[in-house]
Amino acid sequence: MRILYGLYQPDEGEILLNGKRVHISSPRAALTYHIGMVHQHFRLVPTLSVAENMVLGLDEGTGPFLNYRQTYKKISQIAERYGLVVDPQAKVWQLTVGQQQRVEILKALYRQADILIMDEPTSVLTPQEVDQLFSTLRTLVDDGLTIIFITHKLDEVMEISDRVTVLRKGKAIATVNTADTNKAELAKLMVGREVVFRLEKSPVKRGEKILAVDDLQALNDRGLPALRGVSFKVYEGEILGVAGVSGNGQRELAEVLTGLRHATGGHVTLEGKDVTNRSAREITDAGVAHVPTERKTMGTVPSMTIRENLILKSYRQPPFSRGMFLDNQAAEENARAAMKEYDILAPNIDTAVKVLSGGNIQRVVLARELSGDPRLIIAAHPTYGLDVGATEQVRQILLAQRDRGAGILLISEDLEEIMTMSDRILVLFQGQVMGIIDADGAQIGKIGLMMAGTKEEEK
Amino acid sequence: MTAPNWLKIERRPVASGRTVFIVSVSAILAALLVAAIFFAAYGVSPIYAYYLILRGALGSSHGFSETIRRMIPLLLCGVGLTVAFRALFWNIGAEGQILMGAIAASGVALFAGLPGPLLLIAMFIAGFLAGASWGLIPAALKAKLGLNDVITTLMLNYVAMYLVLWLVHGPWKGASMRGYAYTDMFPNAAQLPTIGSTSIHWPTLMLGFIAAVVMYILVNRTRSGFEIRVVGENPEASRFAGISQFKTTMLVMFISGGLAGFAGVGEVAGIYHRLLDPSQISMGYGFTAIIVAWLARKNPLAVIVTSFFFGILMAGGDVIKIQLRLPFQLINVFNGLIMFFLIGSELLMRYKISIRRR
Repeated sequence: MRILYGLYQPDEGEILLNGKRVHISSPRAALTYHIGMVHQHFRLVPTLSVAENMVLGLDEGTGPFLNYRQTYKKISQIAERYGLVVDPQAKVWQLTVGQQQRVEILKALYRQADILIMDEPTSVLTPQEVDQLFSTLRTLVDDGLTIIFITHKLDEVMEISDRVTVLRKGKAIATVNTADTNKAELAKLMVGREVVFRLEKSPVKRGEKILAVDDLQALNDRGLPALRGVSFKVYEGEILGVAGVSGNGQRELAEVLTGLRHATGGHVTLEGKDVTNRSAREITDAGVAHVPTERKTMGTVPSMTIRENLILKSYRQPPFSRGMFLDNQAAEENARAAMKEYDILAPNIDTAVKVLSGGNIQRVVLARELSGDPRLIIAAHPTYGLDVGATEQVRQILLAQRDRGAGILLISEDLEEIMTMSDRILVLFQGQVMGIIDADGAQIGKIGLMMAGTKEEEK
Repeated sequence: MTAPNWLKIERRPVASGRTVFIVSVSAILAALLVAAIFFAAYGVSPIYAYYLILRGALGSSHGFSETIRRMIPLLLCGVGLTVAFRALFWNIGAEGQILMGAIAASGVALFAGLPGPLLLIAMFIAGFLAGASWGLIPAALKAKLGLNDVITTLMLNYVAMYLVLWLVHGPWKGASMRGYAYTDMFPNAAQLPTIGSTSIHWPTLMLGFIAAVVMYILVNRTRSGFEIRVVGENPEASRFAGISQFKTTMLVMFISGGLAGFAGVGEVAGIYHRLLDPSQISMGYGFTAIIVAWLARKNPLAVIVTSFFFGILMAGGDVIKIQLRLPFQLINVFNGLIMFFLIGSELLMRYKISIRRR
């Protein structure tokens, strides 16, 4: 989509517009082809008025002067035609999110877009605002506009689209008429069918209950509910996989469980102790390891050395800490041992983490998090962006931890990974648990349906 | 970033110590080169002017003493600023923290009535705490309310400045000073010893050296230093590791403000022996120290070198004022140019730029 809007350049292939081959070198060029885009995160200047945002970057008016009267007139013409009522003189920061999105659409129309790209437009909206948006979009389509609507949500696809293209891992899997398909079929297309390789996995030896999550609730960064009453348990020696389409509460779940996000309701119990809303430090000290999604921005300090990154969580404890001082020798020995055990490839222990490959950074994270034999491991997208070899190794490491008796919560958007690694699979949809099923004999179609919002018992 | 295609720009993974040194020295040379234009515009040969600055600042015992006198507050403030900058706290308020230290020391000197050596020790402690408290205000405002540290530290400078003015014009105005806006002279026990007849108040200088070493150890060898570096290098990772940003921010500003407070004590107890006009107490040390810390690349030990260098420049400023009858502000132009080139050169440390051969 960013290529269509001129933000990125294609490496290969071509774009045909009305049968002609076009080269879209920048968003400004996209404008000349009448392509407009409404980004998921709005591109508006909050301190400017609606009208000022409209003319931003356009050559309008005479010479250096802007003619706002003309702008107001034009805005109200478009607004009237499509029912997009917004006060042109209002400052953008004063508007609600739904109104701001309306301004974004207006902006595209003001620039005479015939093709409108909408990137997950409903993710920031309330259900009422979604209804309003959909009716606006229908008016636009009736008027001859083309809309490309990007979404993760199958309900929306069924409701608003005429045709649908399913993308998986950068490939267009299929394009079908919405009227000829249903949610189950789309879900199958989205997740893929065949599992390519199976891991050698010992039978599960489930032990004591380690983690109990009860009716957990939390908000996302925008203050909307992200977890809406999530309950599950994790036992010793098992991997509980959390499947779901991105943005259905997985990130928030991992953050609440590791003390990085505040729970607004419910309880988290770790080995019988209530640890709800304890600090990240307390939860770490209670034996919870966290392999975060963002290994470069959160899991490590890229500008610091391997040696230092390996003690990021244990620097307060012996042997790394003696009184108020750090014991560099202990940290060195620790780093040497970890580099050997986890095959971290680097010139030496004082190499900055940022020069390492993704796989090696993840090995550093794993080496640190798994030291001290944690009771519970929360692994979020542990193989994301890694090559095949590194992926395999990371999976083996996690399985070894499971066999050691650790409980593992594996959060991943890669359904294949969930299917091969997990003993049980939990499916999250819009912050709710759609069901927890045994991984043995689990059907991918069934999981796909649950990911699209069908509850297990409803089948 | 777009660049002409005859330039090759590559990311440098880690800048080596040698690169940092070469880039820093080049920045200074570039500043010297551009400043030369100003000297030339005044009809003075730049080479002669630089020669005069060097000779004036280092060529005589008086000049050297003036250089060291300037170096003392720059060293103390600069060391403190490296610690604050390490935690990504932009303390632009060392100037005000110096003044608060000076006020506290003067208060103790004039009114505490402590005997002999205790008096000076009490003055240093009071000065440290006053500077530190002045630093903790913006630290708390940033950590708790998210207020911009640059703005709050900068604005508090003016509050401190007017507080000094009010004191010397009002309640603390010395009875023996007739119409002048000074406090009374400090008792002898509140005056710092100097080396011979120079104005080098050596106890403060020693404090500066000790501070540089202690802070180097703190940043590189201790738990708190580890926390400071993690918070500064990647705040998100510090959250992940359970490091309290609040505590870390408060700690660095306690140190940074406190060391600037020491500098303020040194100025009033070592040189003026009374509280007087704020522009006389500090002469912009708190601002110049920002460049001192930056040139030292946030390394407390390197501040010993950079503060000496800026001591030369400031002492040399007097020389060009007296001998060449040029405005002292030329030195500020020079300071500004160095800062400009230093910040510009950050790019050179992160990217390797070379000319592409065809």
